[in-house]
Amino acid sequence: MTIVSGVDVFAHLVGQPEAVASLRAAASGTGMTHAWLFTGPAGSGRSVAARSFAAALQCVSKPVGCGTCRGCHMVQTGNHPDVRFVVPEGLSIPVALMRELVMRAATTPATGRWQILIVEDADRLTEAAGNALLKAVEEPPERTVFLLCAPSDHPDDVPLTIRSRCRVVTLRQPSPDAVADLLMSRDGIPAELAAMVASAAQGHVGRARRLARDPEARTRRAAVLAVPRQLSSVGAAFDAANGLISAAEAESDAATAEIDAVERAEMETALGAGGTGKGAAGAVRGAAGQLKELERRQKSRATRAQRDALDRALLDLAGFYRDVLANQWAAPVRAIHSDVHAVAQAAAERWSPESTLRRLEAVMQCRTAIDANVKPRIAVEAMMLSLWKG
Amino acid sequence: MSQASSPQLTPVLLVLGDEELLVSRAVADAAARAKVVDPDTEVREFDASTLLPGELAGLLSPSLFGGNRVAVLRGGQDAKKDLVAVILDYVKAPDPDVTLVITHAGGAKGKAFADSLVKAGAEVVPAAKLSKHRDRVDFVTAEFRRLGGKCGNDAAEALIEAVGHDLRELAAACSQLVADTGGRVDVATIGRYYKGKAEVSGFTVSDAAVAGDVPAALEALRWALHAGVDPVPIADALADGVRTVARVASAGRGSAFQLASTLGMPAWKIEKAQRQARGWTPEGLVAAMQAAAVCNADVKGGAEDRGYALERTIMAFAAARQGGAK
Ligand SMILES: [Zn+2]
Repeated sequence: MTIVSGVDVFAHLVGQPEAVASLRAAASGTGMTHAWLFTGPAGSGRSVAARSFAAALQCVSKPVGCGTCRGCHMVQTGNHPDVRFVVPEGLSIPVALMRELVMRAATTPATGRWQILIVEDADRLTEAAGNALLKAVEEPPERTVFLLCAPSDHPDDVPLTIRSRCRVVTLRQPSPDAVADLLMSRDGIPAELAAMVASAAQGHVGRARRLARDPEARTRRAAVLAVPRQLSSVGAAFDAANGLISAAEAESDAATAEIDAVERAEMETALGAGGTGKGAAGAVRGAAGQLKELERRQKSRATRAQRDALDRALLDLAGFYRDVLANQWAAPVRAIHSDVHAVAQAAAERWSPESTLRRLEAVMQCRTAIDANVKPRIAVEAMMLSLWKG
Repeated sequence: MSQASSPQLTPVLLVLGDEELLVSRAVADAAARAKVVDPDTEVREFDASTLLPGELAGLLSPSLFGGNRVAVLRGGQDAKKDLVAVILDYVKAPDPDVTLVITHAGGAKGKAFADSLVKAGAEVVPAAKLSKHRDRVDFVTAEFRRLGGKCGNDAAEALIEAVGHDLRELAAACSQLVADTGGRVDVATIGRYYKGKAEVSGFTVSDAAVAGDVPAALEALRWALHAGVDPVPIADALADGVRTVARVASAGRGSAFQLASTLGMPAWKIEKAQRQARGWTPEGLVAAMQAAAVCNADVKGGAEDRGYALERTIMAFAAARQGGAK
């Protein structure tokens, strides 16, 4: 680990020695295939693995995936002409986009060794988009590689027809120690903070880095972890629900507002150059449609950002109740939220293990409900009331 | 009414406000009263923004032939300076045979004119837009009385939810309901009458369900589904019903107006929830909110029969309410 750290393209893939070994072998010619599916829990590094593998495939030096040659470098900075990404901005990947990318992926590589298409959230393909992809995966052009990422290879996430044509790379949840090591070595985070955020992030590398670097993210997490103590009445439960929803909205607003404004300004500039000549009225009508479409996409992206933010908060909350349970059973496991260990201990003395378990289930049920499209406010309110009642 | 027996007409009326229905009613009332005194009363209307001071002076000066007149000056807020001067001069010593009705939008524009008229003794007829829910409820109940019918506050609220805030539409709905039902109108009547409206359906179902009235809630649900209302807003309304009762009940005692700002809800909604909150315990509310969350998942595609999912939620509310009351 220490020899290649920060140099080798696989160095950022934390705690996945088996996956790295087979990817490295494939990139050097052993066991190469045209379609890959990267699965693993959130934050385990599915897209990092796909990008690293893409870099190794385009590497023009030795050892393969050197991290320093032009091929590796261009992929890692996102500038390689023969590597394309599909990152859904909304809740799903539209078919039109997929068709266009599949078509481009069929061309011969311009400069690289392979023409590569990375689909970051294959579980968010619409059925039609999935079919468009399937056709390409069924009969891949000679130099084309498809790298798909999804939470699992379950048919709910990836259609069986696609799954059956992919080689699956399963990533594990990296251990807190592995995540903390990465934060220290790559991002220069102090050891104590690195250890705290690594366990708080529950194996999610991106989340851990965010907590380590962004004080506001830490403030939001602290607010979430304060919730169990605030639930003193039915009214307090509704207030807490409101607080959680508003925080998720604020977080997603902050994340999307800037890019929304830039996109809108760019589009308005592009459309404004239309002039006033013949056919200008038609152009204006078309422009209104395009702006509407942009707004729709932005709204869809905001909804997703809000759900993601809310889900992170719910995971933090679940971690707290899990810590309380671990305390009650004196389980020999490390606390997730080591910084509020005393609060968890106090709760462990006050509640019965059964009621703690009910609380943990209420949080998990809430996540499932939101995933099943229940209005987030209603799901969170029901959860908060259950947490209060115990 | 003592109006007819003592035919004392008001010489100057200021109709203040921009609620169109109230303004036209005030003007019509003034004309009708004048005609009670003198059936040959001549009614003429003028636009304050274009009327010349000379024309008005001629109109208001004593008539050679006597007889009553009603002069309606519309849009008093737009009257120009010289016209204002003539009117204010006239108001000091009005002609007893003339009723001068001035309508004024009541805003900042021309406010000095309106103030001067009031100071000079003009009788004010308020005609401002009704912004408070309470006032709308009062309007509806008064409207029923005016038409010889009767309607409680709850039915008035249901009607407002179904018809909306437009007074003209509300007045039309009141007169139709009185004509069709003989004058006695309750919440169920409103529900039957306006079953096509999503708002009334969702909230009618929710109000009855939260109040523990299973038959009424199920009946309202049937109307709503029959009329093609989507189950999703009904499910949302059910959750909103529990949420509102829970938050209001948890806020403790206090007047609706005091609680309005802390809870961020209109006072009328709080008053209603305070009534509904009787019979609920905190534990019952927890169970009901959980049922509402399950219902939300069911109507969004989880359940085979979405109508059944809503029915089950109504019964779950009733069970939660009773279970809590023991
Ligand atoms: Zn290289």
